[in-house]
Amino acid sequence: MSTQDQHGTRRSHPRRPRSHTARLVAAAGAAALTFSAGLATPLNPAPQRAEAAQGKKTLTVAVAQSVDSLSPFLAVRLVSTSILRLTYEYLTDYDPGDAHPVPGLATAWQPSPDKLTWTYTIRSDAKWSDGQKVTAEDAAWTFNKLMTDEAAATANGSFVTNFRKVTAPSPTKLVVELKKPQATMTALDVPIVPEHIWKDVKDFSKFNNDKSFPVVGDGPFVLSDYKADSYVRLKANKNFWRGAPKFDELVFKYYKDQDAAVAALRKGEVSFVAGAPALTPAQAASLKGQQDIRVNDAPGRRFYALATNPGAQAKNGKKFGDGDPSLLDQRVRHALFMAVDRKTIIDKVFQGHAVEGQGYIPPRFSTYFWKPSANQELTYDPAKAAQLLDQAGYKKNADGKRVGKDGKPLNYRVLCHATDPNDKAVGQYLKEWWAKLGVGMTLDCLDNVTDPWLAGKYDLAFDGWSVNPDPDFVLSIHTCAALPATPKDTGQTDNFICDKTYDELYAKQLAEYDSAKRADIVKQMESRLYDLGYMNVMAYPNAVEAYRTDQIKSIETMPKAAGNIYGQDGYWSWWSAVPADSGSSSGGSSTGVVVGVVAGVVVLAGAGLLFARRRRATADDRE
Amino acid sequence: MQPTAPDAASAAVDKAAVPVPAGPAVRGPRARTTTAYLRYGAGKAGGAAVSLLAVLVTGFFLFRLIPGDPVKTMTGGRPISAEQLAAYRREFGLDLPVWRQFTDYCGKALTGDLGTSYQFRTPVVDKIGEALPNTLLLTGTAFVLYTALGMFLGTRSAWRHGKIGDKLNTGLALTLYSVPSFWLGLLVIIVFGVGLGPVPGLFPTGGMESGGKEGFAYVLDVAHHLVLPVLTLVAVEYGQTLLVTRSALLDEMGSDYLTTARAKGLKDDLVRRRHAVPNALLPTVTLVFVNLGRTVAGVILVETVFSWPGLGGLFYQALSVPDLPLVQGLFLFFASAVIVMNTLADLVYPLLDPRVGR
Repeated sequence: MSTQDQHGTRRSHPRRPRSHTARLVAAAGAAALTFSAGLATPLNPAPQRAEAAQGKKTLTVAVAQSVDSLSPFLAVRLVSTSILRLTYEYLTDYDPGDAHPVPGLATAWQPSPDKLTWTYTIRSDAKWSDGQKVTAEDAAWTFNKLMTDEAAATANGSFVTNFRKVTAPSPTKLVVELKKPQATMTALDVPIVPEHIWKDVKDFSKFNNDKSFPVVGDGPFVLSDYKADSYVRLKANKNFWRGAPKFDELVFKYYKDQDAAVAALRKGEVSFVAGAPALTPAQAASLKGQQDIRVNDAPGRRFYALATNPGAQAKNGKKFGDGDPSLLDQRVRHALFMAVDRKTIIDKVFQGHAVEGQGYIPPRFSTYFWKPSANQELTYDPAKAAQLLDQAGYKKNADGKRVGKDGKPLNYRVLCHATDPNDKAVGQYLKEWWAKLGVGMTLDCLDNVTDPWLAGKYDLAFDGWSVNPDPDFVLSIHTCAALPATPKDTGQTDNFICDKTYDELYAKQLAEYDSAKRADIVKQMESRLYDLGYMNVMAYPNAVEAYRTDQIKSIETMPKAAGNIYGQDGYWSWWSAVPADSGSSSGGSSTGVVVGVVAGVVVLAGAGLLFARRRRATADDRE
Repeated sequence: MQPTAPDAASAAVDKAAVPVPAGPAVRGPRARTTTAYLRYGAGKAGGAAVSLLAVLVTGFFLFRLIPGDPVKTMTGGRPISAEQLAAYRREFGLDLPVWRQFTDYCGKALTGDLGTSYQFRTPVVDKIGEALPNTLLLTGTAFVLYTALGMFLGTRSAWRHGKIGDKLNTGLALTLYSVPSFWLGLLVIIVFGVGLGPVPGLFPTGGMESGGKEGFAYVLDVAHHLVLPVLTLVAVEYGQTLLVTRSALLDEMGSDYLTTARAKGLKDDLVRRRHAVPNALLPTVTLVFVNLGRTVAGVILVETVFSWPGLGGLFYQALSVPDLPLVQGLFLFFASAVIVMNTLADLVYPLLDPRVGR
């Protein structure tokens, strides 16, 4: 602009020192940054840890969920229950090898001959973190609270529905009287809380156990700090009866974005990443070759299945929903499943991070795992599938589409979760395979799958559950008792399955206290479910996690041979973790902070100086 | 900040798309102007109150239209009995007829009780109170920086209009403005958080603090965590302010009164700073207030990428249940922030430009 030239001669004098100063400041800023960069690198080798200066060993876990509540009576999210497992012991725990019940707070347990009374011997060497002894009274108080206070029963009330009376005749004896025999008495996943602390809580529906720290508990770790939506910090309990953990501190840090969590692992800011619910194949692949990082690609505890609508009905006998009647024919169900190439699903959709599905219970639960025999198995056989459909009376018409008795071509609606990329991918394959069979398919990927599912308005759906060491729950959801009372109600049922044989077996296993006999009955149930064809498992997705080997030397998976680390049925992983000996943790991070901030301040000061100089120069020329 | 005496001639030139009544500028006794202003202010405040009430009502019904039952979402995947399900419904007030729920909600809201969150079992006001300072810190800092940067660069660009500096500035601003914030955020984490090649990872990869620090160490810790998210936010937002300032100033620059000022012999810098910029700032001021309202709504994408514990993340968690009291409370809060800021803009504008609000 011409205005610049007007004042050109007058500007030249002040401009030289100004630009000179500017260059000086810029150089100083750049130097500071470089200096800080140079300083930072040798003082901060890959791991950067918060409390390193004191020689404290900290294990930081990146979690993908934030805590909903720290009260064991209210918390339902996996991250919350995992943390509470670390701070409150259960009566019994699960063996890390094969998940059979092992002593927790209870050292021994004995059912009465009539199967209705269980007596637990409570150990005398367990102490609360405030020094008081853990007794049977604490356990009795906890269970009675669940039985009498509606608000307290929010999270774990289902465990006590069959309890008639719970008493503690002595500090080391707990007696539970049942209404009916219940084999799951060694799988009571109820955190036992200290009566002397919790008896002062007025309203269980409002108390979140997050106001005063440390929280009194008796697990391997003690809750020491919590910031909502940010982190939970736990300190090791040196007096833990099973032995103190090797790490001094455990931090669960909430990362909303899993790619950021993986970046944090790379940097060393966290020691462990679990993903949500597992690392994606891409994330796992990018971490596989990394030095000091181990990817744990292990058998998972979930099954991923195809559910078929057996015709929704309520306990009062009323039928509802609009499942396709052709699916009531077992041959049709078998044919559809025989056209599913499970190997392709493992290779292409899960990219190798899954195991081909067989029985209902995943193989890692070795006690209960069942697989079909050679002549029972529904192998991948599209030719046989076509044969079965022909036999069932669904022949192909001129267009190659199979036609039902009403003359209309077969077309099934498959419910898929819009948030699950696996559902979408598998859905595409199913469409192809069934098209070859001559069966049409519409994939309904919805944000809200619950409503059509509960209304019975679907033909097939993608289904999956996480299984516990005691499979009672995932078995119970296919009983007639789980059906809703009326079409308007909600029941426990997963897929409206109601089969007399299955129900009889279920009642038998619930009353069978001999573990070998019970396992046998459960396997018969799985066989029945498999033959019925309403719930066929396609895959068991792996748990894919990663951790830094330069921070964690060793850590126990569950099952011990190969399994997951996060979300275990127990505290084995965090309790057993051994820190790696790295002498380099010497307050490097705090130097990094100071240096980084100083550099920033220098740059800002430089910019401010630049401004000030410019202004002063202008003032010199003021009219 | 009164613009320096634009005389009758310049008043006729319309600037920031404000309908200017034809004729001379400020006139009349002070008292009359003040009363007029108060009347104007009262009108605007009344409008804001009506808007807030509308938001209250809309918020209630809007979220009941979302498919999804909070009880089913919260109890799915767990052993639960029919009695327990009924107990949940009772606790959440979902067993009452909808009109009853509505009157309860409105009554409580007017006394400041926004209900209790279903999933966190904490009063909604407390949850918002927990997250609000974090969001304000992040977006407030970013806001100040990007507004200042945008205005500074915008005025320089407009003044050196057409030159290479202007082109570079505008080009860079537009590019960064169009970049998705979460993508840029992840990139920033990888380069400055983890470290790429020679660049060291000096900054944390997420969160607001490392925990376990007190006093000044805590302040430093938060500041350390604040750098990358603020950097991302400033990068993607400063372009808007820059472009608006630049175009407003460009509009100003052709004015007669500026020619007069230069003819009087004033320095170029002074002409820009004391005459052109203040008048050109009017649309920018509107933008500033609108953005202020927006900041409180939480910049959810940046908060997610950096795991910043703010309102945006809270809203997402609430929406996925749906945690009705929390979601309604947050909606009311966000809408109120925007309404209040817009009303403030309406009230401040006449002070800046006497032609408005008479």
